[in-house]
Amino acid sequence: METETIIETTNLTKRYGRQTAVNGLTLKVKEGEIFGFLGPNGAGKTTTLLMLLGLSRPSKGSATVCGLNPLRMAKEVKRHVGYLPENVGFYEDMDAVQSLEYVADLNGFKKVEAREKIDELLEIVGLKEEARKKTAAFSRGMKQRLGVAEVLIKDPKVLFLDEPTLGLDPEGAIQIIDLIQSLNKEKNITVLLSSHNLHQVQKMSHRVGIMIGGNLIAEGSIDSLAEEKFGVGEKEYSLEEIYMKYFQ
Amino acid sequence: MQGLYAVFKKELQDHLSSYRFVILFALIAMVSFITSYMAAVHMRGNLEGLASTKFPFLMLFSTPGAMFSMVQFVAFFGPLIGLILGFDAINRERTQGTLIKVLSQPIYRDAVINGKFLAGVMTITVMLVAIVLVISGFGLAFVGVVPGVEEIWRLFIFLIISIFYISFWLGLSILFSILFKSIATSSLASVALWIFLSFFISLGAEVVANTVAPIDRKNEVQPEVVLENARIKEMVSLSSPMVLYSDAAATIIDPMRKTTRSIILMGPMEELLSARFQNPLSLGQSIVIVFPHIIALIAITLICFAISYLVFMLQEVRT
Repeated sequence: METETIIETTNLTKRYGRQTAVNGLTLKVKEGEIFGFLGPNGAGKTTTLLMLLGLSRPSKGSATVCGLNPLRMAKEVKRHVGYLPENVGFYEDMDAVQSLEYVADLNGFKKVEAREKIDELLEIVGLKEEARKKTAAFSRGMKQRLGVAEVLIKDPKVLFLDEPTLGLDPEGAIQIIDLIQSLNKEKNITVLLSSHNLHQVQKMSHRVGIMIGGNLIAEGSIDSLAEEKFGVGEKEYSLEEIYMKYFQ
Repeated sequence: MQGLYAVFKKELQDHLSSYRFVILFALIAMVSFITSYMAAVHMRGNLEGLASTKFPFLMLFSTPGAMFSMVQFVAFFGPLIGLILGFDAINRERTQGTLIKVLSQPIYRDAVINGKFLAGVMTITVMLVAIVLVISGFGLAFVGVVPGVEEIWRLFIFLIISIFYISFWLGLSILFSILFKSIATSSLASVALWIFLSFFISLGAEVVANTVAPIDRKNEVQPEVVLENARIKEMVSLSSPMVLYSDAAATIIDPMRKTTRSIILMGPMEELLSARFQNPLSLGQSIVIVFPHIIALIAITLICFAISYLVFMLQEVRT
C-alpha cells in the first residue's frame, strides 16, 4: 500500500526563555501509522504536539500537518486533527451529551447532524448509559473515554493523544488501547501518542520515537531500535529494555 | 464566526443560569425597587401643588430619595456586576483544563475571548434594560408620570453609557483573569482596583491638589490658588471611571444640570446663566456638555478590552 507522509517537521525548535523545550526535531509520520512518543516528563512531547496544532509558535523550524502549515493555517489544521490533552477537562455542570454538543457546536455542526453523531460516538466509547450524567461525577476512565468521543466528533484524519492511559486502571487502559487500535484500522486514522507506559506503547505502535531533554535521540520500529542497540539476535527485546539502554 | 457564536451562546447560557447571576440580579432588582420607591414617594410629596414640572419621569432615576438615586447606584455597584461576570472567565477554564480543549477545535483563538466578552456585555444589557423598564413601569403605576419622547431618548443614552461603564469593569476583570492564574488572585485584584479607582481617587485628588496648590488658611487666600486647587482636584478625580460615569450619566438624565464643573470653576457668565435661567437644556446640549466624558468612557472600555485581547492572543496556551 502506498502511504504518504502526513506529519513532517524540519528542525522544529521551541525555546522558553533560555530553556530549550524542543531542540531541532526532524520527524516524519506516515498516514495510517501509530507513532509512539516516548520520553521522561518534560522531554518536550507535549510542546511538540502543541506546535503541530498551531497552539504554540515554534522558535525555529517548520512543520506540516496534512500538507498544511499549522502556524498559518491553524484553523484548517485543527479541522483535521483531534487533540486529547493530558488530564482533559470538562465543564462540570454539563452532562456528557451537552459536553459533546458544545464541541460539535464549535466544529460548526448543525444540531440534527450533531445529535446523530453524538449518539453514535457514545455507543463507540461505551458511555451510552452515562449520557445524561454530569461530568463532575465521571470517573477518570469515563472522562478519558468522553475525551476520546469529543475528539472524534470532527472525523479527524490525525489524532494526537497525550498520555491517553495515564491514571487508568488496567481494564480502562485496555479499553482505550483497543479503541485506538480499532480506529486506526477501521478508519485509517493516523495516531501520534505520547506515553510513559512502555508496555502499552509496544503493544500499539508501529514506530516509536524517544525524546530526552528536547532531543529526539532515536526513531524507528521497535525491532530496528533493538537491532541498533543490541545487534541482531534471536532474542526479542522488550521496549523497556531498549528504552533503558538509551538512558545509559 | 461559527466559533464565536458557539462560545457566545454557551457563555450566555452559563451566565443566565448560574446562581451567581440569579443572586446578583435579585439583589439589584431589590435595590433598584427600593430606590425608585423612595424617589416616587419623594416626588409625590414634592410635585403636589406644582402646576407643571419639567421631565418628571426622569426624576425617578435622578432623585436621591432617602439613600441614593438610580444613577448613583449604578455608579457605585455597577462595577461589581462587571467584575463578578468576568473575574474567572479565562483562568477557570485554564485550571479546569477546558481552555486547551476549546482552543484545539477549529476556531480562531480570539473567538474565545470575544465570545466571552460579548456574552458578558449581553448579560449586562439584559440586566440594565430590565431594571430601567421595571422602574419605568413602577413610575407609571405609582406616580402616574408618562415619559415623553425626549425622556425616552435620555434614558436610552443613559442605558448606553451605563452598559459601556459596566463593560469597562467586565473587560478589566477578564484582563485579570488572563494575567493571573489563580481565581482568588484575579478576583481580589479586580476588587482592589475597583475600590482604588472608585473611592481612593477622590481622596488622592485632594492630596495631590493640596500638595501642588496648597491653600494657606492662615494668610490671605489667593483666588488663583483656590482655582488652581479646584482644577487639579477635578483633573485627578476624572481619572476615576466612576467620576467620569456619574458626571456623564447625571447630566444626561437631569436636563437641569448645565455643567459638570464645580461652582468655583465656573466663569462669571456661566454662573450668571445657571442662576438666571431655570430652563432645562435640550438633549443635544446635554450631550455636548458630557461628550468628552462619554468618549473617554467608551475609549477606556475599548482599550481595556484591546489589552486583554492582545495578552490572550500572545500568551502561551500551557503555563
